[in-house]
Amino acid sequence: MTTQTPLPAADDVRPEAPQDGPPGSPRRSSSRWLYLVLAVGVLAMALPFVWMVLSSVKPEAEVRSIPPTWLPETFTLENYRELFDRLRFPTYFLNSAIVAVVVTAGNLMFGSMLGYALAKLDFRGKRVVFALVLGTLMVPGMVTFVPLFVLVSNMGLTNTFPGLILPYLVGPLGVFLMRQYFLGLPDELIQAARVDGAGELRIFWSVMLPLTGPALATLGILTFLSSWNNFLWPLVVAQTEDMYTLPVALALYSVGQNATQYGLLLAGAVVVVVPVIVLFLAVQRYFVQGIAMTGIK
Amino acid sequence: MTTATSAPASRPTPAGGSPAGRRRTLLQRRQARTAWLLALPFLLLFAAFTAGPVFASLLMSFTDMRSTDVRSPFAVDFAAFDNYTALFQDALFRKVAVNTAIFVLVGVPLTMVLALAAAVGLNNITRLRAFFRLGYYLPVVTSIVAVSVVWRFLLQPDTGPVNQLLGAVGIGGPDWLGDPSLALPSLIVMAAWRNLGTLMVIFLAGLQTVPRELLEAAEVDGAGRWQRFRHVTLPLLRPTLLFGAVITGIGYLQFFEEPFVMTNGGPLNATRSVSFYIYDQFSFGNYGYAAAASYVLFVAIVVLTAIQFRALRPKA
Repeated sequence: MTTQTPLPAADDVRPEAPQDGPPGSPRRSSSRWLYLVLAVGVLAMALPFVWMVLSSVKPEAEVRSIPPTWLPETFTLENYRELFDRLRFPTYFLNSAIVAVVVTAGNLMFGSMLGYALAKLDFRGKRVVFALVLGTLMVPGMVTFVPLFVLVSNMGLTNTFPGLILPYLVGPLGVFLMRQYFLGLPDELIQAARVDGAGELRIFWSVMLPLTGPALATLGILTFLSSWNNFLWPLVVAQTEDMYTLPVALALYSVGQNATQYGLLLAGAVVVVVPVIVLFLAVQRYFVQGIAMTGIK
Repeated sequence: MTTATSAPASRPTPAGGSPAGRRRTLLQRRQARTAWLLALPFLLLFAAFTAGPVFASLLMSFTDMRSTDVRSPFAVDFAAFDNYTALFQDALFRKVAVNTAIFVLVGVPLTMVLALAAAVGLNNITRLRAFFRLGYYLPVVTSIVAVSVVWRFLLQPDTGPVNQLLGAVGIGGPDWLGDPSLALPSLIVMAAWRNLGTLMVIFLAGLQTVPRELLEAAEVDGAGRWQRFRHVTLPLLRPTLLFGAVITGIGYLQFFEEPFVMTNGGPLNATRSVSFYIYDQFSFGNYGYAAAASYVLFVAIVVLTAIQFRALRPKA
């Protein structure tokens, strides 16, 4: 599946490509319709989030009023207060952040190490290693979580941070992405450094790795988001409330005794979603590049 | 079993090895040593937590392992194909398999058509392109759990804004998630809404590789907009479409969060998926059985990928 991936970035590489015709031409008016249709589409993408935020600051009675209101008639932060004071959302937030940060660091570190070895160093077994790692690119978490749980239980790591983190600390995507990027860097850099007497590890760390900024940024964001949103594994491994991550807490509250507290749950969804949207908006350049490069969320 | 691949022959011969037969230079040896040093941490973690469990899952599926056997995973009994036979005799498993198949067979084309439409639209505008792309992409980065919570309330029959909007144009909206014939389609639409951004970005990149000269030549030959799209753009986009279909299909085969949060698999198991079934069996402590179900899912993923590669393979 990965042979399909070297797609060019979707950025406006060719802004000149489509041309609006002169005013009044058929092209011009059809482009006006196009903008209208696209705008309706974007509205449909955004409205659920807008409604989520607006409803999270309404009192419960208003969220459930018939007919429903759009703008809050009474503004309240009661839902957030309850999330933070009674439901321990700060803990879940912190847990999610710790797991995502460590998982991201691990993927960047170990992914670039193996990626570099596969791209730039000669060693026997290289092809086997690459095939093995790529072969698991499409193995879903659903296939491995049962034996993984047995393993982690026997290591005594259920309901701990290492238990949440270890299975995700390395992944095929990191190797694939970093290898691709290293392949694009010139071998002459390495040769010159060797002539200057630098050791192999030093060449990797001080010469080559600093050149991979864009790839590291892309990989970092992809990994952070998929860890932040990960659900099945933390659901299985986190067994007491103090180890829940945000998605686990939100899902369990939404099917548990808080199932009918709409405003509260929507405020919870805001806490899960909004930081990610802010992060995404801040770094979306790398993100869109990454999707076009790999096609993998 | 997989650790074997990380350690073998390729290590340079230790100091005592006969240098006579060796034609490897000092540099090559140093490179190999560095390579394994760099690879080792990854391979150890990978063997333990990814590759190992893939095989362990297969082995486990042929045993009668239960949660009570966790401390002694090697003391379980061999059960041959018992788990698999039981699985296919279970009416509920057949039901969830059909639900999952519908989710994929309807959801993948729906997502692809919407994404392709958005990509073609974006490819034909100049101003605001980055803004629109961002807008369509936004749901992709959000947690499925959170999105499912939001949609559950959006789709509430009385208090939800979806039925309110429908009511405004004189349509009495149904109980989307409470009606067994509408619940699964509702989840499919939500999944398409959340995932079309990924495919849109991939398709947009593909569209930009279509040579303008070809389109212009077709236009000169009198081909209309639709004909140019159908006979020039689409065939060139084939590999991109294939890739999009495969990654979306793999994702949809595992849908889990949506029914977990929105419907708890109901009504009448209308939205229970294979993944949900696996999770339930795991929760009941039937580890061997859950592993068998997960391997069936794995095989389905491999088969789906293979079929899609065949179906969309360029006609040579």
